[in-house]
Amino acid sequence: MKLTDLEPKQEPLSLFDLFVSFSVLALQGFGGVLAVAQRELVEHKRWMTNEEFLEEWSVAQIMPGPNIINLCITIGGRYFGVRGALASVAGLLTVPMLLVLGIALLYAQYASHPGVTGALRGLGAVAAGLIVATGLKLAAALKKNALGMGICIVLSLLCFVAVALLHWPLAYVLLGLGLVACILAYRKLAP
Amino acid sequence: MTNAVLQFGLSEWLQLFTHFLSLSLLSVGGAISAAPDMHRFLVDKQGWLTDSQFTASIAIAQAAPGPNVLFVALMGWNVGLNAGGLGQALLGVLVTMLGILLPSSILTYLTSRWSHENRELRAVRAFKQGMAPIVIALLIATGWILASAHGDPARDWPLWLTTVVSALLVWRTRLHMLWLLGIGGLLGWYGLV
Repeated sequence: MKLTDLEPKQEPLSLFDLFVSFSVLALQGFGGVLAVAQRELVEHKRWMTNEEFLEEWSVAQIMPGPNIINLCITIGGRYFGVRGALASVAGLLTVPMLLVLGIALLYAQYASHPGVTGALRGLGAVAAGLIVATGLKLAAALKKNALGMGICIVLSLLCFVAVALLHWPLAYVLLGLGLVACILAYRKLAP
Repeated sequence: MTNAVLQFGLSEWLQLFTHFLSLSLLSVGGAISAAPDMHRFLVDKQGWLTDSQFTASIAIAQAAPGPNVLFVALMGWNVGLNAGGLGQALLGVLVTMLGILLPSSILTYLTSRWSHENRELRAVRAFKQGMAPIVIALLIATGWILASAHGDPARDWPLWLTTVVSALLVWRTRLHMLWLLGIGGLLGWYGLV
């Protein structure tokens, strides 16, 4: 994998580094952690490039289970084996879990306050924007894709229509469109 | 909230555990895709959670920092509360989270190691290159679906505008996301969006 960015790539230093990094990452992630994951892992920590992030993400996405947990199992496991995977998942879950339980206790008391429901709505609107922006940022990595930009755009549009507008089940879209995309890529990569 | 205390013995805890265990490998695209089945089991079939506890579990986990899968922890927590008290609630968190995470995590760990060791294989490279445009579209679709929960664009245009502006700002600038989230929360608190 070629690095195009000027700054050198970094690596996690220890299990503790993984735990803390994923804790920090998780605590910034409102309405899902993915948007923050790209920014932290690629832009701040420099543990991976946008292209690598996309590759790991595609594995994390196709496997069952929460994508972000799968991603941190992959990264933690890459550097420190099973212990790294455990440290990463523990980082991702421990502090946010305590927070979420605390919020649940508070919410039971203040659920009817109009400010609280309004704030939740406002947070949700921003969170939706963050996820769209992450997709747009990663789209820059498609320039280097073996499929070529044209095919990439067609596949992306089809996938968006199927999932967002037609509400087809994710499993069918991944199996159907994914298979077509992989076969096309396989042919393009012919030696 | 229910006041009636559930009768929760070893066999109920085992049922809870095995149900989430069985959903783990089915939850492609995240645990949320198994939420309809959780509702069927916890609310309709067993009556371990009320409808409002179920909905609040998802909403709070979405709004709070951290992975959305924590909604599963909240469901376990609420089942435990219904079954007696804080001790049971903590046990509920442990049982549901281990159930939903263990099978998928082990499978992912093994798969990611294999695919990294074989990353030069044409098939592995084709998979990663081919999936890239699909994965990107899925992200944008997820944002779209979350935004559609805003409701009618003609009436709720301030919410849609908030989403569009925050997407553009994060895409094009290095402004920290927490600022945007804070502003979004404040706008909502004062009823402006």
